[in-house]
Amino acid sequence: MTEPVANPAFASVPALLARNASQFANRPAYREKEFGIWQSWTWAETAEEIEALALGLINLGVQPGDFIAIIGRNRPSLYWSMVAAQSVGAVPVPLYQDAVSEEMAYVLENCGASYVIAGDQEQVDKVIEVQDRLKNLQHVIYVDPRGLRKYDHRTLHEFAHVQDQGRAARDELSGELAARTGALSYDSICVMLYTSGTTGKPKGVVLSNRNVIETSKNSGDFDALTQSEEILSYLPLAWVGDFIFSVGQAYWCGFCVNCPESADTMMTDLREIGPSYFFAPPRVFEGQLTNVMIRMEDAGALKRRMFHHFLEHAKKVGGDILDGNPVGLLDRVKYSLGNLLVYGPLKDTLGYGRIRVGYTAGEAIGPEIFAFYRSLGINLKQLYGQTEATVFITQQPDGQVRADTVGVPSPAVELKIEDTGEIFYRSPGVFVEYFNNPDSTAGTKDAEGWVATGDAGFIEESSGHLRIIDRAKDVGKLANGAMFAPKYVENKLKFYPDILEAVLFGNERETCVAFINIDLVAVGNWAERNNIAYASYQELAGHPAVLETIAGHVAAVNASVAQDEMLSGCQIHRFVVLHKELDADDGEMTRTRKVRRRIVEEKFADIIDALYGGLAEVSTTTEVTYEDGRKGAISATLACVDAEVVSVQKMAAE
Amino acid sequence: MFDAAEGYVTEDGRTIGGVVMEMKNITLRFGGVVAIKDISFDIREGEIRAIIGPNGAGKSSMLNVISGFYVPQEGEVWFHGAKRKPLRPYEVARQGIARTFQNIALFEGMSVLDNVMTGRLNHMKTNIFQQALWKGRAEAEETANREVVERIIDFLEIQAIRKTPVARLPYGLKKRVELARALAAEPKLLLLDEPMAGMNVEEKEDMSRFILDVNDEFGTTIALIEHDMGVVMDLSDRVVVMDYGRKIGDGTPDEVRNNQAVIDAYLGVSHD
Repeated sequence: MTEPVANPAFASVPALLARNASQFANRPAYREKEFGIWQSWTWAETAEEIEALALGLINLGVQPGDFIAIIGRNRPSLYWSMVAAQSVGAVPVPLYQDAVSEEMAYVLENCGASYVIAGDQEQVDKVIEVQDRLKNLQHVIYVDPRGLRKYDHRTLHEFAHVQDQGRAARDELSGELAARTGALSYDSICVMLYTSGTTGKPKGVVLSNRNVIETSKNSGDFDALTQSEEILSYLPLAWVGDFIFSVGQAYWCGFCVNCPESADTMMTDLREIGPSYFFAPPRVFEGQLTNVMIRMEDAGALKRRMFHHFLEHAKKVGGDILDGNPVGLLDRVKYSLGNLLVYGPLKDTLGYGRIRVGYTAGEAIGPEIFAFYRSLGINLKQLYGQTEATVFITQQPDGQVRADTVGVPSPAVELKIEDTGEIFYRSPGVFVEYFNNPDSTAGTKDAEGWVATGDAGFIEESSGHLRIIDRAKDVGKLANGAMFAPKYVENKLKFYPDILEAVLFGNERETCVAFINIDLVAVGNWAERNNIAYASYQELAGHPAVLETIAGHVAAVNASVAQDEMLSGCQIHRFVVLHKELDADDGEMTRTRKVRRRIVEEKFADIIDALYGGLAEVSTTTEVTYEDGRKGAISATLACVDAEVVSVQKMAAE
Repeated sequence: MFDAAEGYVTEDGRTIGGVVMEMKNITLRFGGVVAIKDISFDIREGEIRAIIGPNGAGKSSMLNVISGFYVPQEGEVWFHGAKRKPLRPYEVARQGIARTFQNIALFEGMSVLDNVMTGRLNHMKTNIFQQALWKGRAEAEETANREVVERIIDFLEIQAIRKTPVARLPYGLKKRVELARALAAEPKLLLLDEPMAGMNVEEKEDMSRFILDVNDEFGTTIALIEHDMGVVMDLSDRVVVMDYGRKIGDGTPDEVRNNQAVIDAYLGVSHD
């Protein structure tokens, strides 16, 4: 383990801000598209805005150690709020903006937030709805005043107004601010982030300045990030990745954070900015690819032929060219031509024209999707991380990129694999503790600083890269003792554009069965082209032609799973296509869209019984929660489909 | 509650000003058909005034009288303390009145942005030649007007469709674009003809919020026709009820809801 660094020159994010404000004074720090134009702020201007807000917070009575919750979409003002909170010795706690008020109340109560900085009326309304339960809550600050004029303003303040009051009180309070910022050390709390909680209630992960700055420095060096990077910040503020990319690395390297105009305009904004450093979960890449393919169907014959011709060529040599492997001259020339005619314009349309480093993580990405982007010359790589590790555990170095691994240990990270197959790591990024939860902390992090990831995997001997099998607790055994690794099979299913989500069951059972969610965009488009009429998601999901297509995918996955000796028992014997999408509002998924396996298993127990019971169909009623929190119920009769299975009787017998 | 000539204060604390527009004994006939019969009411500054009634009650005709499109055979329209003479459409717009239509009337082939920009026409002083050259004053003018339009686009949350041709939009969004165009004229009086017709519940909720926000943020006086009773009762400060061209009720939503004539018109009466 590397020696812990004592207080370095830049021991906190506010200290990095001061450095950037003098070193990169006139370089852009933030941009936000508003009123159709990219508005920008230099580092010097950013420092002024943050100072004004910090003074305003002191003026409102914020004390060191207070928790300040920050809720809203990605906007410069909310990023400034985090740094301003740090500057006055408070702890920023970013929250998921799409959380319903009940979830929000839990987090606000758990950390005892005394201040809330909210983006707009919607967020303020949610806080007001639950404020009776929040004993510590003193003031709420909002950014966008729209619709809030009539509200009771005794404890409600407009962001700009708080800043103005801060500016007015500068002479009086700047000494206090300087003292508070100066008191920050490498071990003071930088941020508290709530885990999405695949199991149980969310836990507050406390990260110190050491965690954030060391990790930002190491990961920045790994990919040679500089102050001239451009990133688009569109992922939830509450997610550790966004905090590291948009705050940690941005302040360490001094690069520019661009915020989209609204969630709906993200793709347009992406194209306008053309980031050089980009992160997206696999579903974004999948969605974009699906879109491209659908749109190419509508293109003219010439364009379509050109597209497919050059794409075929890129598939053959694109990846090798990107990795710097030897490729014949003729192929290179043809690739350059393709770049001129197809790849270049396509990358530009997608917004990937300038990407130098791209990452994806969170879920497994389909090998074909991954290869597609890389063949176009986009340096897309994978990383493996966690909130508790301040993101980085492993990542892929340039030139050593594969779809089925997650790379080598990140700089300063040590890895070990226990006998159970579970992965452990130790690094300067290892979190301080779970807030007010010493039991959980002790259960996750041992005395020597090793942290259990909860994932099972192994290090490939030939390459030294880590490969992930599944969540350690999800890996089980079938009744005959064979290994049950649901994620492995689910991922294979999800690589089909028609399938949005899949859940496999089979632990302690004879055989495996699966739930499948269709992808409404892909299947809907297919239905339209084939003149299949449908009135609702439910009707489309139950359509015989759709079931037939899905059965084909399942059979193909079974054939592929049967190849793997260790996991051949995980073939799907029967499945249903669910009548509703698994949804975070119904608690079936986390806010980061990971399936909560146990909850799904409990909630749809009747369907599972029907699958194992050999019934041909099952009638069920499911409670659903609408976006505004109201509840309703939908009922449906689902067909239980038998899937084609490759015989593995012999293997089990051996 | 609003007897005072100087206006009144609503339940949610907004101050409603004096009379902006007054209809005095309006009668409108189409040949032998009497569409509006001797109706009088007023619209006050800053209020949301609804006109409701069953099909064929004369609501749209009434809105057309307010907008100056129809000139009533009898009666007077007073606007800002002056009796109004028959007006041409551009004169109406210059007086600060803008409207949306029951059947959407947008330029289908143009982008959302261009459609909303047309709402700024009255605020442009340069002529077509100056605009074509786009130098000096014309450029500055367009930039200033574009800024106003962008604020409205932001306000109505239609940034993502800014450059989309209107023809490609779903119905609910077209309605919103129409509202945007009307707002671009920065009207003092906004007339909405069935702003929520044909919308689903979610779209109605969105539109209601936008109407309230427009009224709140810009202080725009709004007169609207609407069928959805729930919406009308939630939105409006005062309601005029029409039936067969006559006014059968006028007052706050609560008063109107308990008015026997209104109940009869909506629920029907037994004649035995």
